[in-house]
Amino acid sequence: MAPDLWSLYALMLKSRLFEEAIAKLWHDGLISGEMHLGTGEEAIIAAVVAQLREGDAMALDHRGTAALLMRGIDPVPILRELLGHPDGLCGGMGGHMHLFSKEHLAASSGIVGAGGPAAAGFALAAQYLRPGAVAVAFFGEGAMNQGMLMESMSLSSVWNLPVLFVCKDDDWAITTQSAKVTGGNLNERARGLGVPAVEADGLDASAMWEAAQGAIERARSGQGPTFLHARCVHLEGHFLGFQLIRIVRDPIREMAEIAVPLTKSFLRPGGAALRERMAGLKTVIAAVLSTVRDPRRDRTKDPLPRARAALQSDPARLQDLEDKLEKEISNLLASALLEVVS
Amino acid sequence: MRTMHFAQAVDDALAQAMADDPRIVLFGEDVPLLRRDLLVRFGPKRVRGTPISESAFLGAGVATAMAGLRPVVEMYMVDFLGVCMDALLNHAAKLEAFSGGKWTAPLVVRAPCGGGYGDGGQHEQSLWGWLAHIPGLTVLVPSTPADAGSLMLAALQHDGPVVFLEHKLLSETWLEFLGSGARRTVQFDVPAEGAKSTVPEKWKPLSIGKAVLRRAGDDVTIVSVGVGVHRALEVAHAVEAEGISAAVLDLRTISPLDKTALCEAVAHTGRLLVVDEDYEGFGLSGELAAVALEAGIPLKYARVCTQTTIPYGRDREDQTLPNVKRIHAAIEQLVGDKRK
Repeated sequence: MAPDLWSLYALMLKSRLFEEAIAKLWHDGLISGEMHLGTGEEAIIAAVVAQLREGDAMALDHRGTAALLMRGIDPVPILRELLGHPDGLCGGMGGHMHLFSKEHLAASSGIVGAGGPAAAGFALAAQYLRPGAVAVAFFGEGAMNQGMLMESMSLSSVWNLPVLFVCKDDDWAITTQSAKVTGGNLNERARGLGVPAVEADGLDASAMWEAAQGAIERARSGQGPTFLHARCVHLEGHFLGFQLIRIVRDPIREMAEIAVPLTKSFLRPGGAALRERMAGLKTVIAAVLSTVRDPRRDRTKDPLPRARAALQSDPARLQDLEDKLEKEISNLLASALLEVVS
Repeated sequence: MRTMHFAQAVDDALAQAMADDPRIVLFGEDVPLLRRDLLVRFGPKRVRGTPISESAFLGAGVATAMAGLRPVVEMYMVDFLGVCMDALLNHAAKLEAFSGGKWTAPLVVRAPCGGGYGDGGQHEQSLWGWLAHIPGLTVLVPSTPADAGSLMLAALQHDGPVVFLEHKLLSETWLEFLGSGARRTVQFDVPAEGAKSTVPEKWKPLSIGKAVLRRAGDDVTIVSVGVGVHRALEVAHAVEAEGISAAVLDLRTISPLDKTALCEAVAHTGRLLVVDEDYEGFGLSGELAAVALEAGIPLKYARVCTQTTIPYGRDREDQTLPNVKRIHAAIEQLVGDKRK
C-alpha cells in the first residue's frame, strides 16, 4: 500500500490550523499556563495516526493535541478543555498536558518519558484482549534519557510487545541542546535494548508513512516493538512564549533583560577565575547564537509546505481542500468560543 | 537594605555561599539557562546542565554529597520528584540512620512548587507534607525573599539532605517561564510582600526549624507556609473589622517542625486554623492538630487545604487551592462561639 498524501496533508493542515488558533487564544490569555504545540511535527504524527485502527492505543506526551485531533476526537471538546471549560474533553480538569480519551485508548502525560511504560502496558493488554492491536508512544529525544522509557523498551523487547516507540527528535530538550546531554546514538541505544530502530525523515509525510507502516505491521503480526526515529523542528520551540524564541523575534528587548544581570554577575568579585567565567559566558552565548541560527526560521524545515508542494499537480483540488479545512476550523472555533462566552 | 524578587534572593544567597565554599556545585535540567548568572560567575564546572534523567542526577547528587561536595540539585518542579523519589526516600533520608550516624548526605534539592497559574494537577502540587513524612529529610518552604535567601544559606550549611521549595506564585522568574510566557493578557493573584521585599545586605543563615509569628492575635491562630501565609495575613487583616483578632504563624520549615512555637501560639488562642496548600488528608494539617493535642492543649480546630487533584480550569483551580474566601469562612466557623 502507498501513502495517500492528500489525506495526510489534510490531517496535517487541519492540525496546524487548529493549533494556530490555539496559539492565538493562548496569547489572548484565554488558555492558562504552559502551552506546548505540535506545530512542526505534524508529518510524524499524521503518518502514524493515519494507520491506527479501533483498539489501538496512544501514549502521548505533553504535546498530544495534534495526535488526538488526527485520531478523530471531536475538536470542539478539545478546545473547550484547553479553555478550562467544564464541558471540555476532560471536564476542564486536565488541560492540554493531561488529555485523555478512554474510548480511543489515548492517554497523555506531562511527565517526560512516561509514555514508554504506558505504551508497554497498553500493548500488554492488547496481547490479551485485542490481538492485532498496537500501542504507540510519542515522545521527544529528551525523553530518551529518562530511565523509565529505556526500561520500557527493554521490557517490550523481552515480552515481544506490539509497541511503536516514536521519537520526535527536534534536538532540543526544553532549552538544552540534546546533543550536549545525550550519550551515544539513539538508534544504537534502542537496538541495544533489543528494539529494532528505523530512521525516517520526519519532515516527509510519505516517507514517514512508509516507515510507520513497516513498524505497525511488524507489531500487528506479533513480531514485537520498533523504535522509529524521526527528526523535526518545533516551530514555536518548547512551548508558547519560549524565551529562546522570544530572543529570536525581539532580540533588543529580550537581550537587554538578560544581558544586564549577566554582565553584573560576570564581573562580580568572588567566584571562579576569569578562564572559567569565560567558559560559562561562552556557553550562554553559544546557546543564544544557536537559537538565532535556529532552524525554526527556516521554512524548509516545515513539513506542510513540503507536502503541499507535492500536491501542486492538482491546484484546484488543493485549493478546495484548504478552503474546506479553513472553514471547518473557523466554524469549530466559533462554536467552541460561543459556548464559553455564553 | 536591598529589595529583591524571591528567586533573585535565593540565587543571590546561593552566589554568596558559592563564593565562600568551593564545595558547592549546582546541576539540573536547563540550569545553564535558568541559572546563567551563576554560570558566568562560577563557570561550567560548578554550574552544569543535565539530561532529563532525574533518577540519575538526583541519585548522583546524593552520592556526590556523601563524597564531599555540597550539591544543589534542581528539579524542574516538585511534582517531578515522583520520577526519582527513590534517591530521597531510600537513600538520602536513610543514610545517617543506616551508617549509625557516621555518614550524611548534605545536598540541597531545590524545586518550584505550588499552583495558581493554571498549569494543571501534575505541575502545581505542593507535596511538602509528603516529603516531610519521611524521617531524615529537612523540608523548607519560605514565604518571603528575605527568608528564602537566609534559608537557602542555612540549607547549604546543613549536614543532611534538604528539600528547598520555592512557590511559583512568589517567584517572578518561574511565573514568567511557566505561567505568563511574557504575556500581558494573564493575571495572577501574587502576594506582593512575598514576591518582592527587602533583604539583608549580606546573607546570614536562618535557623532551620524556627517558625515566625507574622501577626499577633488573641482569638484564633492561623498556621501556614508559603503563599498560604500571605492569604492568611490578608484575611487576618480583613476580620479585624469584625472584631476578630487573628494571629498568623509562618512555619517556614515543615520538617523539623517548630513544635514549641506552634504550641505556644495555639495555647494562646485555643483555636487552630491550618491553611495548607498541600493535600488535606494524611498531611501537615492533621500533623499540626496532633502535635497540639499531644501537648495537652485544648483547642478548636479547622483547616483549609487542597482536598482533590488540582483542576486545570482557572476558576475551579482557584476554588480548590486555599483562598481568602475559604479562610474567612473557616475563621467565622471557628470563632462563632466567641461572638454569641
